[in-house]
Amino acid sequence: MSKPQPLILLSFLLLAVVLIVLPHGLSYSQREILVFLTINILVVSSYRLLTLTGEWSLGHIVMMGVGAYGSALYTKELGVPVPISMILGALTAGIIAWGLSFPLFRMKGFYFLIGSFAAGEIIRLLWKRFRDPFGGPKGIKRIDPFPDIDFGFVRIDFFDPVNYYYFALIIVILCLVILWRIEKSMIGLTFHAVHWQDKLAESTGVNVRAYRTLALVISATFAGLAGTLLAHYIGTVNPNVFDIEQMVFVLTWAIVGGTTTIYGPIIGCIILTALNEIVLREIGLEQGRPLVYGLILIASVLFMPKGLEDVVKKVIELMKQHVFRGRIKDV
Amino acid sequence: MSDILIVSDLGKQFGGIKAVDGLSFAVREGDIHGLIGPNGAGKTTTFNLISGFYKPTHGYVKFFDEEISGLRMHHVARKGVIRTFQHSTLFAELTVLDNVLVGTHMMFKPSLTAAFLGRERQSRAKAIERANEVLEFFGLQAFVDQLAGELSHGHQRALGMAVAMASQPKILLLDEPFTGMNPEETQTMMGLMGKLRDTGITLLLVEHDMTAIMGLCDRITVMNFGKLLTEGKPLEIRNHPDVIEAYLGKQKNAS
Ligand SMILES: Nc1ncnc2c1ncn2[C@@H]1O[C@H](COP(=O)(O)OP(=O)(O)OP(=O)(O)O)[C@@H](O)[C@H]1O
Ligand SMILES: [Mg+2]
Repeated sequence: MSKPQPLILLSFLLLAVVLIVLPHGLSYSQREILVFLTINILVVSSYRLLTLTGEWSLGHIVMMGVGAYGSALYTKELGVPVPISMILGALTAGIIAWGLSFPLFRMKGFYFLIGSFAAGEIIRLLWKRFRDPFGGPKGIKRIDPFPDIDFGFVRIDFFDPVNYYYFALIIVILCLVILWRIEKSMIGLTFHAVHWQDKLAESTGVNVRAYRTLALVISATFAGLAGTLLAHYIGTVNPNVFDIEQMVFVLTWAIVGGTTTIYGPIIGCIILTALNEIVLREIGLEQGRPLVYGLILIASVLFMPKGLEDVVKKVIELMKQHVFRGRIKDV
Repeated sequence: MSDILIVSDLGKQFGGIKAVDGLSFAVREGDIHGLIGPNGAGKTTTFNLISGFYKPTHGYVKFFDEEISGLRMHHVARKGVIRTFQHSTLFAELTVLDNVLVGTHMMFKPSLTAAFLGRERQSRAKAIERANEVLEFFGLQAFVDQLAGELSHGHQRALGMAVAMASQPKILLLDEPFTGMNPEETQTMMGLMGKLRDTGITLLLVEHDMTAIMGLCDRITVMNFGKLLTEGKPLEIRNHPDVIEAYLGKQKNAS
């Protein structure tokens, strides 16, 4: 591997500064949105890991819910301290996904898509149907917040969106690093292999089913963790938070952003959230969000089938050429 | 030498078609064994049965005295039985190197914890070393960074074999490896196959190019209509009246 170039280092530094300073330039409600955005980035990035194997699920958002419900119940019913309950909630989502993989991976493509939707709806029905322990349609309220951290000289209160934003940001960045490492590893290569030619992969000894399951479980675990981040911030969860409309938002972020790069879905999520919160809110069209998202989805499939990431790629290419030319002139 | 692969009374039926019908033959360890027959004779289906792609309707396949028919494809592969595909089957969207790296999957099993912790460098370096060896053997080292889908047809065939070779087969099943290769490439590839045999790999070869088959094979099994027609040394096969008739009959049908 080559040494990190100063230019890349500099842009990372700049990004870090922006991420740290960002919440201080925002209003209280915008800070809250920033927290949700950070969490959603983890949701859509974990979703992308599954799409590497070629499968698209409609149950991903429910896996996020499994994490949220799980962590909430572990603290409420069993008295597990919050940081630990979050880990347990994420693992629960992974385990449920593993269980679901058995019926789901009898199917592929479109049938898998529909099957994953059905599986998700069944879980949501269980939440609605069983008041004990899931709280029925109203869900679970008064979920313990993330505990304050007291350093003696300074006390961090996670009720404050800025503090929670920093907390979520650290967790999400850590998760993104892990997801990135998995993708760049031999496991990630095998995911691609399973996607493009499962028969050839199998003929060289790859257990295709196991790799599909692995991708599903990893993506569900990180979605679950995102769910726990949400649950302990808003303090309440209910089945509607994780319904198909939310899933369509995740899909839209992924498709508009593009899924061939790690940054594609993240860009999709950021741009569409910004559009939603700044433009739609300004003109009072928030209620029309599903409609607007639908239109954007269609427009992007028609006019930008490779996603926003492709635009970014081209810009980077152009910049590189310029820098390159500049260097040649210097010589 | 002893028999490494035994096919016994093997059958596969698709609806009304008996694609393979009571086929029996044995491959000796260290041989290059030809499997020939007119179009639609059932050669590819036989490969699919041996490699676990299909389950046989009846009969069995034994590899080193162990029954492998009915096992799933990746389990068969893990025993050392690796096949290539008749139609170039590659990871077209991945680079040539990555294609072969997938082939090293069994030698260097990926580990999730290593991936998590970013501790993969050593095993990956070894896998890349192995991949480069194989690529060099097949004369593809100049194309490592190219996408597999962008290679010429002949090179794609060679890459398919490289992927299979990377998995360290004990027996390699090649389905029409020379199609799409020019005479020069065919000549080179024949040389490489001889080399493979010399390293102790058994080859089972399906091919329509008779010069190549006759030049390479130690033994040849001929099938027609899913059944065994005859078996023997290249010279015996070349002059066998049934074989000549099967091929001439096929030509009559074709014209
Ligand atoms: N999946 C399938 N479903 C139905 N019929 C099949 C299937 N696979 C093969 N067949 C039929 O089985 C017979 C044998 O086919 P196979 O592909 O094994 O022949 P082959 O000897 O490999 O021919 P070729 O030299 O043309 O590759 C053919 O009649 C074919 O149509
Ligand atoms: Mg065939």
